[in-house]
Order: sequence, then structure tokens, then C-alpha cells
Amino acid sequence: MSALVATIEGVGFWTTGLPGWDIARDFVRDGRLPEAPPARPSPQLLAPNERRRAPGTVAVALEVALAACEAAGRDPASLSSVFASTHGELAITDYMCATLADQPETISPTRFHNSVHNAGAGYWSIGTGATAATTAISAYQATFAHGLLEALVQLATGVPAVLLVAYDGASVGPLAKISPSAGLLGGALVLSRSERAGATRLSAALADGESPAAAGPLAARDPGNAMAPMLALFDALASGDQHATLSAGAGRILQLSLHEPSLQETGAQRRG
Amino acid sequence: MPPLAVRAWSATTALGRGVQAQHAALLVRRSGLRPNDFGPDNADGVPLPCWIGRVDGLEDAPLPEEFARWECRNNRLAWLALQQDGMLEAVRDAVDRLGAERVALVIGTSTSSIGASEEAYRDLQPDADGTPAFPPALARPIVHTVHSLGDFVQRVSGARGPCITVATACSSSAKVFAQAARLIEAGVVDAALVGGVDTLCGSVLYGFNSLQLVSAQPCRPFDADRDGLSLGEAGGFALLERVPADTRALRLLGYGESSDAHHMSSPHPQGLGALQAMNEALARAGIAPEDVDYLNLHGTSTPANDRIEAAAVASLFPARLHASSTKGWTGHTLGAAGIVEAVFCLIALQHGTLPGILNSATPDPACGPQIRFDNAQASIQVAMTNSFGFGGNNASLVFGVSA
Repeated sequence: MSALVATIEGVGFWTTGLPGWDIARDFVRDGRLPEAPPARPSPQLLAPNERRRAPGTVAVALEVALAACEAAGRDPASLSSVFASTHGELAITDYMCATLADQPETISPTRFHNSVHNAGAGYWSIGTGATAATTAISAYQATFAHGLLEALVQLATGVPAVLLVAYDGASVGPLAKISPSAGLLGGALVLSRSERAGATRLSAALADGESPAAAGPLAARDPGNAMAPMLALFDALASGDQHATLSAGAGRILQLSLHEPSLQETGAQRRG
Repeated sequence: MPPLAVRAWSATTALGRGVQAQHAALLVRRSGLRPNDFGPDNADGVPLPCWIGRVDGLEDAPLPEEFARWECRNNRLAWLALQQDGMLEAVRDAVDRLGAERVALVIGTSTSSIGASEEAYRDLQPDADGTPAFPPALARPIVHTVHSLGDFVQRVSGARGPCITVATACSSSAKVFAQAARLIEAGVVDAALVGGVDTLCGSVLYGFNSLQLVSAQPCRPFDADRDGLSLGEAGGFALLERVPADTRALRLLGYGESSDAHHMSSPHPQGLGALQAMNEALARAGIAPEDVDYLNLHGTSTPANDRIEAAAVASLFPARLHASSTKGWTGHTLGAAGIVEAVFCLIALQHGTLPGILNSATPDPACGPQIRFDNAQASIQVAMTNSFGFGGNNASLVFGVSA
């Protein structure tokens, strides 16, 4: 396949202890950590009572999605979106399974509708009024690579700009030993077809191979979350590295190249 | 979009295994629904009182030993569905012809194998440290995550292209056609196996019951007295490829996807998302509403869903359209509904069998002339299907015969 390309217009990031992309970049560059970071995000898209009640995965997904749109200067309602999560909301899976084993008729209707894998995508479209297509996918350890690939393929087939949101939360109860995942981690990118001065250009291609163990500061700090494989890209973006590799499953990798287009290049593209 | 050839296709539902079983039941209007005999039991010690579309024989059909890691009801149904109509041979043939890395797998589900997780929680055993843990036979991580289905299909097919599980609730296995079409159009792969599998489990029976959406009777889509849905289980697949010059294969002509941006579990009151998905699918296929001959409705038989969908259909299509819900045959098969109803569209295109609606007798005044209770037989050119899911997630697909 020929490489798929996109401009990274905006980045959103939130993890336990590093609540924001600027904070995460400071940490990557000089090891600085914020004092007294919040335990969970507080996404402004939700009404205050919903903000407290929302599952952690929904909260982190909305937080990073909104931050990426703000960084890109894009109206969230104008974007199609791809929501990628390895396991969805594991705390609700634990609740559903425990309740079904004990008193099945007492299942909470709200927890049931929040149990769907596309809960984050649903709350996003409701909160922003985005009526464009949204999807929710998983590919186990290769979930982030395939979320990114779907976003790039949307651009290649005509969508001008797309929002990619990737996240996983903590597992609890007996499920924690089977599907281990720690903390809350979310990352979002607004990707577009056209070039933009000062914005990083990303190209991606599938190849055979195994992805090397991620070694950057973000990956080293947060290895226990199921979405940790995405940190290879976020480490590269924070440190200015030009390459990153993501596992795409079954002995395949997604090789990423990053570069800042020169002004002439951007101008030429605009004239073209 | 460039049309895609549907090279092979199949569905397995409560009506039976494979396309022939589906077609035979559609022709004689035989429902696959039965009184619920699937657990877990309620406080009265019986299964939830409702009707279900259950696939016979799964209990006696373990996976072959080499796939024992993926053993669970949902992957059993995936395996059973792949054995029908030459599906597995067709995808393995595509791998041989095109190269393993040039064939993608895009598979939809709502709950995947959560039934196995429920089973583990019913049989928790103290671990070495004394905390409750999964019994050893179920301590297999791949069956307790949503991508279990995609991972299993990858293992059995030998394909090495992108392998994705789409989980957008009840639109899942319609959206797989859209994602696969994009992967082919962008040149990432040359073919894709799409499909979906969902099996009955406590989560969906008691979950939909908690929302008061489950009927105590067989569902009656678009009947004035409808009072809820009947849940079912199903699996189905289709192999999509670029259209070669020499093929007379049926075609995927277009897809449309949208969001209601309204509510997690209630449809938009004016059906805006549904209309947007249908309009986008028609535009991508390059056809007008007048060109559609058969429309398979989402038609779950809940009062709100059917009223809103009927109004959207009446506002978009002429009276000549034959539109129906086939949920009375199969039950609502959730994440598998998209692929099952796509197969019903392909049956309509190939055999001219246009299903009506089962169990319904009294038309709702909300229903336009498009909603047909009786079957019809007609040679048709274009068929379309709607799938709508929680989170306000909508997808429509358009299929046609080759020119």
C-alpha cells in the first residue's frame, strides 16, 4: 500500500498524573510533574450531575476530544469521529456480570445503556451536536493502530477532517486479573487532509514486523493501561522524534513518519 | 463510491443455517421465535418471560480443538456461520488469490462474548490470595474482550490485513460494510470479509428488560398494539471485492452513516439521523429514492422506534416502495442485525422474495403506504437496509444487481 497521510491539527491528552497535553510535553522535555493533579477529568461537555456520574472512560474520552478540537480550532460538530478503546468500560462490565450472577432483574437501565462500546462516541455526539458519522472499534492490543488507520482511510476517501479518540480505563473486580488495565488514559488527534503551517504531517504504512517495546517517557510512566500502545506516537510528538511504530496485530506493524512541512512546501501545496 | 462485488454471503439465525434456510422461512412466513428458554433465571426461578430467536445446536457444537482458546457461545456461532454457503472457503480463496495481507476483516458485534464473562462470574473461585477469580476453564483473556470475535475470525481465515471489531451496538454489522469499502477504496486492501455475530446472554435480555423494551409476546413491528422487541442471536458474513469485468455478482452500491446527537437510548423524535443516513447512502450509490425497490427497516417493534422510522420513510420514499421489518422472523439480533438484514436484501435481489412483516395485524396510523405486512414476489434492481443503534448511531446500505 502507498502511505496514508494527514496533518495533525490538534492533540488532546489526559492520563492519571499528567492531565493535559502541555503538561505531558513538559514532562517529556524536562521531567516536570504537576502538583496535586485531579483524579479524573471533568469534561465541560457534560452537565455537572452527568460529569460526576459518567463512567471514567466517557469522561476521559470527552476531555481529550474537546481539547484536540480546541487546539485545532475546529468546531466539534463539524467532524466525523473514530472512538477506539480496547475494552470499553470495564467497571460496567464488572457491574453487569456481578449483578447478573446475583439479581439479574435489578440491572440499572442507565448502566446498561452506558455498557455499549460506543458510549463515549454517543455522549460526544450528543454533547457537541455532531451529526456526522461516528464509530467505535477495538482490535485488542492493536486498537490504537486500527483507530488511526480508519481515521486516515476516511481522509483518503474524501472526509476533510476527522477526530480520533483513544482511551481505556481501570479494570476492577475479578475481571482485573483477566483484562488488566490501570488508571485512566486518553489521547485524541484532529487529523485533516490539507497542510497547515507549523502543523506536523503524519504518514503511515502497514508492514510486516513486530513493534519494539515503547521506551519513551510517557510509555515508561504509564505501561499498565490497555491503551498504552498509543504512547509510542504521543512520545514521538512530544519529543520531536520523526518515527514511531505501532503494533497492528498478527505480525503486522503500522510505521509512522512525522515531519514539520517547510513554509515553501506548505505554500506550494496551497498554490497547487 | 465505486461499487463492490459481494462475492459470497451467508447468514445463520433462529430460522436455520445458511441462505437457503433463511429464504425458505421467509417464503412460508415461518417465524424462528420461541418462548424464552435461555437463562439466567429471574427471581421466580425461570428465564425472563419473553420470546427469543435462538440458534439451535450451539450447545453441541464446540470449536475444533485447535481453536479451543476462543471457545464460547459467540465464537461457536461465528464458526457455525462460516461453515455455511462456502464462506470460509471463499475467504481462504481470497487470501490465496490476493495475498493474506491484502484481505481485511471487519466484523461487528454488540456484546461479543460477554456471555462467557457472565458465566465466569457465576462460578468464581477463590484465588491463591483468597480473592474471587475466574474458574481455570474460563481464564482465557481473549474471550473476555470485545475483539474476541475479530481475533477468532482472523485466526480461522488466515487473512493478515487489518482486522477490526466494530462495536456501535445495533448498527455494528451494517457499519462494517462502510469501513471495509473505505479500506478497499483507499487501496489498503483488495478484499474484505465483513459480517457480525451476537449471541443471547444475560446482559442483553435483562438490560433491554430494564429499559422496558422487551415484549412478553412475539414482537409485532409496526402493529398499532406493538409493545416491545424480541431478542435474537445470529451470525453472518459477506466477502467484498472490487468488481471484476466478468462478474455478475450482486453489488454494494452505497453506504450512509450518521449520528442522532440526541439521546443514548431513544431515537431522535424527527428521525433526523435516520434520514441523514438514508440520504447519504442513496447519494453515495448515485440513485434517487424512487429507484429503491425494497427497504429492510430497522423496525424493532418498540413504540417509539417504529413510529419515527415510519415517518422518516414516508417523508423520503414514494408509496410504491415495499418496506418491511424482518424482526418477527429472527428477533432483534443486535450487533448481527445489519449483516442478517443485508443478506435478506441480497435474497430479495436474487430471488425476488420481498418479505412482509410477521405477527402484525393492525397497521399503526403512523405507518405510511410503504410499510407492507404481506410478502410480495417481484424482480427488483435495488434493495436497501437500515440499522440504528444506542448512542444514536445509524447506518444504511444500498445493494443492487449488476447492470
